[in-house]
Amino acid sequence: MGGTAPPGGGDRWAMEARGLGKRYGRKWALRDCSFRLPAGAICGLVGSNGAGKSTLLSLAARLTRPTTGGLSLFGTAVTEDEVLARCAYLAQDKPLFPRFTVEETLRMGAELNPRWDRAVAERIVRSGPVPMGDRVGTLSGGQRSRLALALAFGKRPELLLLDEPMAELDPLSQHEIAGLLMAEAAEQGTTVLMSSHQLADVATMCDHLLAVADGRVRLAGAIDELLDAHRLVTGAYLVDGVPPEIARHTVVESRTTGRQFTALIRRQGPVEGDWRATEPSLEEVLLGYLRSPGTPPLLTADAQVTDEHEGEVAA
Amino acid sequence: MVEFRIDRQSGMAAYLQIVQQVQEALRLGILAEGDQLPTAASVARNTKLNPNTTLKAYRELEHLGLVEPRPGVGTFVSAVPARTRSLADSPLRGELSDWMRRACAAGLDWDDVSALVTAARAEHYPTA
Repeated sequence: MGGTAPPGGGDRWAMEARGLGKRYGRKWALRDCSFRLPAGAICGLVGSNGAGKSTLLSLAARLTRPTTGGLSLFGTAVTEDEVLARCAYLAQDKPLFPRFTVEETLRMGAELNPRWDRAVAERIVRSGPVPMGDRVGTLSGGQRSRLALALAFGKRPELLLLDEPMAELDPLSQHEIAGLLMAEAAEQGTTVLMSSHQLADVATMCDHLLAVADGRVRLAGAIDELLDAHRLVTGAYLVDGVPPEIARHTVVESRTTGRQFTALIRRQGPVEGDWRATEPSLEEVLLGYLRSPGTPPLLTADAQVTDEHEGEVAA
Repeated sequence: MVEFRIDRQSGMAAYLQIVQQVQEALRLGILAEGDQLPTAASVARNTKLNPNTTLKAYRELEHLGLVEPRPGVGTFVSAVPARTRSLADSPLRGELSDWMRRACAAGLDWDDVSALVTAARAEHYPTA
């Protein structure tokens, strides 16, 4: 906790979950999730299939309602109608009407959205290029993604929710769509929450991370801070078990290969003794937490829900 | 104007790669005083790099006194260290090129040369 105290306004947090849970039948898809996402962040939502990523996006996009707890966007509960205009959601299959032309699709966007920005939407489509007269059903995967993003950005959302935006695109389209997404988010100051399995993309495109496993939050916060909190230590294996200088820290996972001992640790102060300590990559930290369900979750100060409004315990 | 290349396998933070590439462009005369750096949005479009990462690199360069932001316009090169201006055509550059040619003729590959350069640099610049 601590660092900078948030000012009174709710706009500092694009998203805030408190004890959020969702149950489908007997199975909890999401359970007891509390975290914050600062406005302006580009956040990667990662985790195994079935970990709760799509459920979280559906809750934020109001496609489904929480079983427990609450979720607010820019300080307004997601159940209030006013969040609709501030948020855009793009499902993985990018649903569009196949018989509409590109132009008709954009006109639909204009008629459905009060804050529609025609210039932005048309710029995104034309830089494709996606011919205005073509029917959606005849477009390539990359063109369809571009049109779907044009609809999303034309809405001028403050928060953009994307479910696997680059999945199933060829490498060139992936590169173009990712570049488009980053550039538009930069120009409009949009907060982005995007699920992805491509960790290399998450590492360059995102500044924040939200990792879920088994319906619970495992890691949340600024990627720089998350990485800096950890070290990958290597040294000679001289005693049985985890060496005492290493056991002082939170050991996420460790292994021995012959006489070599390697561990991913969450630092508690400096690493002492004859150890080679390097900053791990995003992939190493993430895989460590996904493989070790016993390690307590880590939320950086920015991502923790503090209780300035209610007495309820969040973590 | 310069274009950045982000190496995702290098293990070096992306913002440091930009800082380094700007410094190198200044040393080689690719960037001169008054030149504009690409906007975060255009870097994002070309390299899909998070715009905040580019801005972080520009803040670092500003801190080093090499660039200055002009609000609403962009980020511009404010100073080129005088000593580095002539590096591109200094005799040292030519000697290094000769050395590289000999190394190449002797059959050394990229990694061998990098290892030698790193070792020699460590010898003369112990703290860097």
